[in-house]
Amino acid sequence: MKVIVPVKRVPDTAGEKVIDPDTRTVDRDAGETVLCPVNEFAIEEAVRLKERLEAEVTVLLVGPEEAQPTIRKALSYGLDGGIQITDDAIVGSDALGTARVIAAALEQEEFDLVVFGNQSTDARTCLVPAAVAELLGLPSLTYARHLEIDGDQVTVHREHDEGWDVVSSTLPAVVSVVEAINEPRYPSFKGIMAAKSKPLEVRSLADLGVTADEVGAGAAAATMYAHEPRPPKEAGTIVEDDGSGAAAAQLADWLVEKKFV
Amino acid sequence: MSEMLVLIDHSDDGPRKVSLQMLSKAHALAESTGDEVAAVWLGPGAAAAAEELGAHGATKLYHWDSADAYGYVTLPQVEALEEVLDLSEADTLLFASSNHVKDVAARLAIRVDAGVITDVSGIELGDDGRWVATKEVFGGDIITTSTFAEGKLSFLGVSSNAFPAERHGAGAPELVALDIALTDEARGAQVTAVEKQASADRPDIGEAAIVVAGGRGLGDESGFELMGELADLIGGGVGASRAATDAGWYPHRYQIGQTGRTISPTLYLGSGISGAIQHRAGMQTSQNIVAINKDAEAPIFSIADFGVVGDLYKVVPKLIEELEARQ
Repeated sequence: MKVIVPVKRVPDTAGEKVIDPDTRTVDRDAGETVLCPVNEFAIEEAVRLKERLEAEVTVLLVGPEEAQPTIRKALSYGLDGGIQITDDAIVGSDALGTARVIAAALEQEEFDLVVFGNQSTDARTCLVPAAVAELLGLPSLTYARHLEIDGDQVTVHREHDEGWDVVSSTLPAVVSVVEAINEPRYPSFKGIMAAKSKPLEVRSLADLGVTADEVGAGAAAATMYAHEPRPPKEAGTIVEDDGSGAAAAQLADWLVEKKFV
Repeated sequence: MSEMLVLIDHSDDGPRKVSLQMLSKAHALAESTGDEVAAVWLGPGAAAAAEELGAHGATKLYHWDSADAYGYVTLPQVEALEEVLDLSEADTLLFASSNHVKDVAARLAIRVDAGVITDVSGIELGDDGRWVATKEVFGGDIITTSTFAEGKLSFLGVSSNAFPAERHGAGAPELVALDIALTDEARGAQVTAVEKQASADRPDIGEAAIVVAGGRGLGDESGFELMGELADLIGGGVGASRAATDAGWYPHRYQIGQTGRTISPTLYLGSGISGAIQHRAGMQTSQNIVAINKDAEAPIFSIADFGVVGDLYKVVPKLIEELEARQ
């Protein structure tokens, strides 16, 4: 079985986040960047498919040359190879534009299953997995908290606010996973060393048969054009509990005053 | 006059709060554009909700009463909405910015060539007649303003609690029944069972006006009984930090933070949560933040409107007592 895991390079949540004033995109050179933490659940699930079903797993990344360490990081978990789609024309794509590039790359591959993380920690739109499935004409079994493969059938427990739906379809299919699905392991030293020599193929838009006017800022159906930092919060009231219960009473008064109770 | 569509997100019990908030906002926006607000209800239950939807601004209600709407993943709703877009010639669709509905918007947008802006907390009509939407990114660190490309359909994913729900006193909407013949493709991923885990009488953290959250400082899972007691007293939902869900004390579904849920309630009340950046990314847009933590240096206090430095197992029971005395 062949599995493809699309991954994303994102700013470290703990680091500084900067938007490039010219391109209106995340300035990924301004702070630390990391493999999106949600991708780790997708990678772990793919590694388990390797262990259970001898799946061959390829990681796919859309991003500039500097993003290669992110692919190597993903490979260090024991995946088999990487594909990088890089092209200056992609810069400024919206979520649906990014989905078009990923779908075009997937169309060149043979696969049974595409495993996404359900969201990225930077944009958090959740749009890409379903949009990719739509472009490929495949079912989108998203927000999986449990995944099973049985022959040519995939079954997932699709999480929602009240619990989950059990859903099944035939392969090939697109899934996205939520963090409840597993506990990602750390890469082994052997895995980190082996990642350096795993095959990595770099493709441009021309290689995918996509023209520059189909993607990028010019083709985006939705565009961000202004941004500002969140205004700093005024300092609140901090009280210490001295054991008398006065602090809890003060908090109760505050909640009443604010009309929460 | 054209129509502005609002996709109603609902449970078996009726419309979710965000749906009434979207209708109210659409009603206000439609006053400036001269549009009519049309609600779309997919699945059984529309007739029972019609009056309430009308009171919040819907003058028309498209409804597809078939259980097939949720019997297969996403695509039945996409195909029904394609039909509604055809019938109504609407160019704007408001939808609840929650996970499953975002999938519907994404697939529909590819089909009909729309732009999608998710997690929207502000909508205005721009000078050029296009929608201008504000949203918070990077866990609320940066506020961005976006718009749609010219000539594209506009899909706006609205965050819970971004707008107030308001009654306008209008009557029941005009009902338009849909008859959808699903394609085989739409039946490609079947829902074979539904597992309900959530308590029916406690609101979900995604739509609750008040969220009570617990973290590592609870020490074990029994601490969530105390959180539940406080939440039920003030009508809140219960959430958790990743430390607590990873420890198995509370389900992952309720994890607030960068890899879990993003919430914007009017009141967040966190106990035993230090407020690491990964957690703040999921809650710092809350309108009011209360923190109870024994470590005075905990970062959560830097964004708290009201903080108590103390042992949560002493402070929270006392707080419950004080609140009961005031009710």
